Amino acid sequence: MSAYTLYKNARLLDPESGLDRVGQIMAHKGEITALGKEITAPSNATVIDCHGKCLCPGLIDMRVFVGIPGADYKDTIENTGDAAAAGGITTVCVQPVTDQIMDDMARVEFLENRAKKAKVNFIPFPAITKRLEGKEMAEIGLMSKAGVKAFTDGNKSIANPALMSRILKYAAMFDALIIQHLAVPELSENGVMNAGALAIRLGLPGIPTAAETIMLERDIRLLKSVSTRYHAAQITCQDSIEVMKTAKKNKMNVTAGVAVAHFALNEYAIEEYRTFTKISPPLRSEEDRVAVVNALKDGTIDVIVSGHDPEDPESKRVPYELAEAGVVGLETMLPVALELYHNGFMSLLDLLAKMTSNPARIIGLKAGQLKAGYPADFCIFDPDTPQRIDPETMVSLTKNTPFDGRPVQGRILKTIVAGEIIFEV
Amino acid sequence: MSEADNTADFIFPHQHLLGIEGLKEQDINHILDLADQYVEQNRRTNKKTNILTGLTQINLFFENSTRTRMSFELAGKRLGADVINMSSSGSSITKGETLLDTASTLNAMQPDLLVVRHGSSGAVMLLSRKVNCAVLNAGDGQHEHPTQALLDALTIRRRKGKIARLTIAICGDILHSRVARSNIHLLNIMGARVRVIGPATLVPENLKELGAEVFHDMKEGLKGCDVVMMLRLQTERMAGGYFPTISEYFTLYGLDYNKLSVAKPDAMIMHPGPMNRGVEIDAEVADDLTRSAIKEQVEMGVAVRMACLDILTRKKRRTGK
Repeated sequence: MSAYTLYKNARLLDPESGLDRVGQIMAHKGEITALGKEITAPSNATVIDCHGKCLCPGLIDMRVFVGIPGADYKDTIENTGDAAAAGGITTVCVQPVTDQIMDDMARVEFLENRAKKAKVNFIPFPAITKRLEGKEMAEIGLMSKAGVKAFTDGNKSIANPALMSRILKYAAMFDALIIQHLAVPELSENGVMNAGALAIRLGLPGIPTAAETIMLERDIRLLKSVSTRYHAAQITCQDSIEVMKTAKKNKMNVTAGVAVAHFALNEYAIEEYRTFTKISPPLRSEEDRVAVVNALKDGTIDVIVSGHDPEDPESKRVPYELAEAGVVGLETMLPVALELYHNGFMSLLDLLAKMTSNPARIIGLKAGQLKAGYPADFCIFDPDTPQRIDPETMVSLTKNTPFDGRPVQGRILKTIVAGEIIFEV
Repeated sequence: MSEADNTADFIFPHQHLLGIEGLKEQDINHILDLADQYVEQNRRTNKKTNILTGLTQINLFFENSTRTRMSFELAGKRLGADVINMSSSGSSITKGETLLDTASTLNAMQPDLLVVRHGSSGAVMLLSRKVNCAVLNAGDGQHEHPTQALLDALTIRRRKGKIARLTIAICGDILHSRVARSNIHLLNIMGARVRVIGPATLVPENLKELGAEVFHDMKEGLKGCDVVMMLRLQTERMAGGYFPTISEYFTLYGLDYNKLSVAKPDAMIMHPGPMNRGVEIDAEVADDLTRSAIKEQVEMGVAVRMACLDILTRKKRRTGK
């Protein structure tokens, strides 16, 4: 195999620089060496003709749950990697929520070792508190010094304000990113869907949006006296968006993400108790969904995540209240997110920024850009090809997608990690 | 005569009876007309007919129940069906994981009717997708309890001669009540004016979107009512968190003659049972035979359930499949 690869005739999309033009990009030893309208390649370079299709930095997904270690039957690292590749995702950030909680360096290394078998990059996001209990700090300092960039308790909130205050101060010493799941436990623990008229009609216990907003308001208050980098994993309602908007206006060091499901679906997707729509935070009202779209547009929300959380059929084929929360999303993230572009809400570059350069900047990764010296991680896609989402054709071992049967426009054609083609149709 | 003919020809347009929501006024009227006939049958010395002979009815109760289960059992037996009860208190079948396994096991036994009660909203609907026979929802979580609403409707219709344009108040813990939800749907379909009364912690404002007027003051809500439906209060679970004490609750929301005085003079009182005397209803009011329809409700329950078992098996009995 030749050392150089030239991708020619590609519509190069680089959100960071604003580049959007047809040109060529060259990779060598896993890195980008040059890009431009016409570049001179060595005569022995492998040439890949992109036929004018889009080439953007490989997508970075900040919220992915894996089965490893402890629950291999749900998913394996290899399968997660394959599913990510099929979705144009080249970097997945692994949540610590597994049977054996990833809350120390040994488990971080275990994950990193296992991840060597996978085709995409795995970035461990270990726990903030030991065993995710929200009581004692995990070894944030040691893990940071060993290269960990971000910490999160996954789908649990740090509820104790005294502990959170200390965590924020402590993490600031290591410039660690603290990612918080927003849910006041007492307001959300018994709920299974968005509180409101629909929950009343279905007879299901609701989770009010206040559960999310109160936690965000509290954290923003605590952040006023520290310089910690703070990321709200998912904000899903108008009220939280207002709080985030104000914090950003006040130049606070805060960012926010949202899962595809929260802007592509509203609570009515539950229909007749479809357990594949059960997620945390829950699907919200149509008003909140529209608010999320607008917040993506105006930059209040920085990042789009898949929220990929495989659940085996047995934990979903039960009554709604008893079902596990979680949906798969790696393979549907880009095709569904492209609706925002097709519907005229966002430009292609602005949309891609939420899945490439923004998460890279927030985490502190040298990735997510088309720039010489950066990793040759690419996603080549056609934004216009129509397809219908079909769980049967999905690579993911578990098929709990809420988008079953949804018509979308956009298809991933090739995924490249460190210059190697790891997926192609 | 023509009414009876209509009843005999009526084919229920659904395979199952999972809830009141989605039914049409004519469906409900047909069920009630048919139930009227079964009330007569049940008052005879020989209460038994054989229209369900050869059919198997399984009562599958994942949640404790005496009244409803007995009522369904009696209904099936009076129509000649073979009735089997399967209940689970504390056994492995109470767990949601095995719900569908239980369903497929029972389905293999070729029942014709499954009467199901489950503690989770939507569980009966989930189960109905996995079986071939007719499924009758005997209460799912906080979602629906359709036969209770139908028997309430029959009781009202027999006393008042109609349901449309009556003002009907439902009082108590609406939030956690499947009986209230089914009744709100049914009374709306039938053209009644529905009010819900109780503390704001148990009667959320967005019940308006289901078609009910919301009141937090009992007397204000009872003003001019034709029918007062009381709900059972789960005292163990509620006191302290949803209202301060039982005695405060009874003072504000317990039905007594004083509060009842603002309703219509002939207002009837209903309760799905079992009652907590001195909690949601004053003993004297509960026993007032001219007002209280509580015993009638139990009688109508058997007749309404016979009507439901009848209509859900009609197609099968006529076509043989």
